[in-house]
Amino acid sequence: MISRRSLFILTLALAVAAVPATGQLGAQGKGTIKIATQTPLSGELAALGEGMKLATQLAIEQLKGPVEKAGFKVELVPFDDQAKPDVGVANAKNILADKDILVVVGHLNSGVALPASEVYKEANLAMVSPANTSPLITDRGLPNVSRVCGRDDVQGAVAAQFAKENLKAKSVYIVHNKNQYGQGIAEFFQEWSKKNGVNVVGFEGSEERANFDPILTPIKAKNPDVIFFGGEYPQAAPLFRQAREKGIKSKFMGPDGVDSSELLKLGGDAVVGMHYTTVAGGVKEYPKAKAFADSFKKKFNKDPEPFAAQSYDSTAIALKAIEAAIKDAGGKMPTRDAVTKAVRKVKHSGITSAVEFDDKGDPKKATYLIYQVAKKWDDRKMVKRLEIAAPQKKM
Amino acid sequence: MDWELLLAIFPQVVMDGLVLGFMYALIALGYTMVYGVLELINFAHSEIFMVGGFVGVEILLTMQATGWLDTFNPFVILIFIILMGMAVSGVLAVVVERVAYRPLRGAPRLIPLISAIGVSFFLQDLVRLGESLWRNAFYLTYPSFAAFNTRIEIAETIDFSVKSVIVVVASLAMLFALQFLVTRTKLGKAIRAVAEDQPTASLMGVNVNRIISLTFLIGGAMGGAAGVLFGVQYNTINPFTGFIPGIKAFTAAVLGGIGNIPGAMVGGLVLGLLEAFAASYLSLLTGGAFGAEYKDIFAFSILIVILIFRPRGLLGEVVRERT
Repeated sequence: MISRRSLFILTLALAVAAVPATGQLGAQGKGTIKIATQTPLSGELAALGEGMKLATQLAIEQLKGPVEKAGFKVELVPFDDQAKPDVGVANAKNILADKDILVVVGHLNSGVALPASEVYKEANLAMVSPANTSPLITDRGLPNVSRVCGRDDVQGAVAAQFAKENLKAKSVYIVHNKNQYGQGIAEFFQEWSKKNGVNVVGFEGSEERANFDPILTPIKAKNPDVIFFGGEYPQAAPLFRQAREKGIKSKFMGPDGVDSSELLKLGGDAVVGMHYTTVAGGVKEYPKAKAFADSFKKKFNKDPEPFAAQSYDSTAIALKAIEAAIKDAGGKMPTRDAVTKAVRKVKHSGITSAVEFDDKGDPKKATYLIYQVAKKWDDRKMVKRLEIAAPQKKM
Repeated sequence: MDWELLLAIFPQVVMDGLVLGFMYALIALGYTMVYGVLELINFAHSEIFMVGGFVGVEILLTMQATGWLDTFNPFVILIFIILMGMAVSGVLAVVVERVAYRPLRGAPRLIPLISAIGVSFFLQDLVRLGESLWRNAFYLTYPSFAAFNTRIEIAETIDFSVKSVIVVVASLAMLFALQFLVTRTKLGKAIRAVAEDQPTASLMGVNVNRIISLTFLIGGAMGGAAGVLFGVQYNTINPFTGFIPGIKAFTAAVLGGIGNIPGAMVGGLVLGLLEAFAASYLSLLTGGAFGAEYKDIFAFSILIVILIFRPRGLLGEVVRERT
């Protein structure tokens, strides 16, 4: 986790680093174009949010060339949404007020992205999401919202299929954390398990963070083949750990919310061998992302967490859209409208996948991975990789 | 409905409820004793509890880093960390009283209450800051002991982990020790005297300030022990862990009759059992219509009903108003 203090130092360092650039470009500058990130930089999901912000910073530094050539300075404005919807919305209003911000890269949590994107929509400000998997993100049909990752309805189906075919599950017990994302994916898992003829013996929601005894007691009595947890690692780890300690022998599964090295730190031996699905996964699964991982490690002295590479791609798309919009405006500062329209037209061969948006803002094809956790986080094994098209909107 | 399943998990649910209930009871003692002598609801007590948990995890992690964790008997280690947690939390509670409450003695009753809430926030963020600088993480996990996770099998469907038994036994021992101290010793007599009437007690030669400090020490120590046991039982601790158990323990104290020590134990056990039964049975009994998340609504509804018919709590006595 990143403390507030080191964040402050980082921001300071960023500000200092930006100074010489201003000097060089001052002469030909037509203004500044800003790209905002909104991710959790403090709190329990800060490890992921920080990685997303740093990847965006790296992408801007490496790819800002064409936009700078057109005479604009490119700047990153990081916001901390604290993984809280109210904070995300408040930040979104501040973002709208800064007319130089043309694109938002974010968020991490669907529960925050949904209300915040309604605010962006007021000014038709483009949001390119590296990580939001809730189907509602794009199914609302907002013209300004696009994402580069997959969707929970597909992810839930993939997980349910895997539980049945690879884990040979005949019965599953589903627990979720009651937030928009966790409950959403849990419901899709339930729906597809039922469709696949797997017996769903329980479906339970709880915001509990420490004492999972009362939830685990019925699970133990029902002895399901698989326990699926819809939510993020801070709850998944103690839940699975207490389950093992209680003598529950079921196999464990989770969605992309558990995809962090923290899962293993908090969960210990209990989570070794569990499977999870994700729309991101480790950088090593993407051959084209090797250079990104290397320069990330060199610059920030740590490995990119999941969704960092996706953030890099999202930023690349944002920069391409800005470049196209500048061209259309005859070299002048583009409007938010123009950038938003340009985002959907971008065809980008990114480091994680080739992205091309459909008319809702979903990528035409998204990657879904299934991992098995090993004793060391870096040794976790990718056991399945699927490329699946986004489902069409239900009429 | 699956009666067989309901019956099969019954003993397990009772055990879960007892473990939780004893933990609530230990925390509730801190609330109830302080209320008894000062008529102050010490909202910082949930943070005293949390600090105890952090003392335990810090000692264990340090021992793990130096390799001592495997050389000592786990029960010796457990007793050691409980004692350390009690010591640190007890002293902390005394310091809090000295700094935040004593200067406000005699002020209107709302003032120390606000001071207590302030202390609560301060301690939360102090621990968060300290742990962030020290470990660069403030969600910490207790190292697990194989010896405590061993399960004692009684019947095919009934088995308890050693650590659940430890929580129950340790809590019972502390509760009895406290009850003995308060009812059978001279010190206890002094505490009861201060609780009943401070000026008169001081006229009789009781050092009121010392007794109040002592009350905080004992209440804090119980909270610290509960913090360590909580960490051992549920593995995970963070600076905000104290809030929910603190509120529940306060409820338990009110339920049992605030100011009354056996009442806090009874209140804790009733609340713990209610919660465990609600969480495990609600979704089974209602076919999933009400899930485990309704456990608190259920538990608190019962609380309201009890307080309507017994406003002084289960074991509370009608206390003569002071003049």
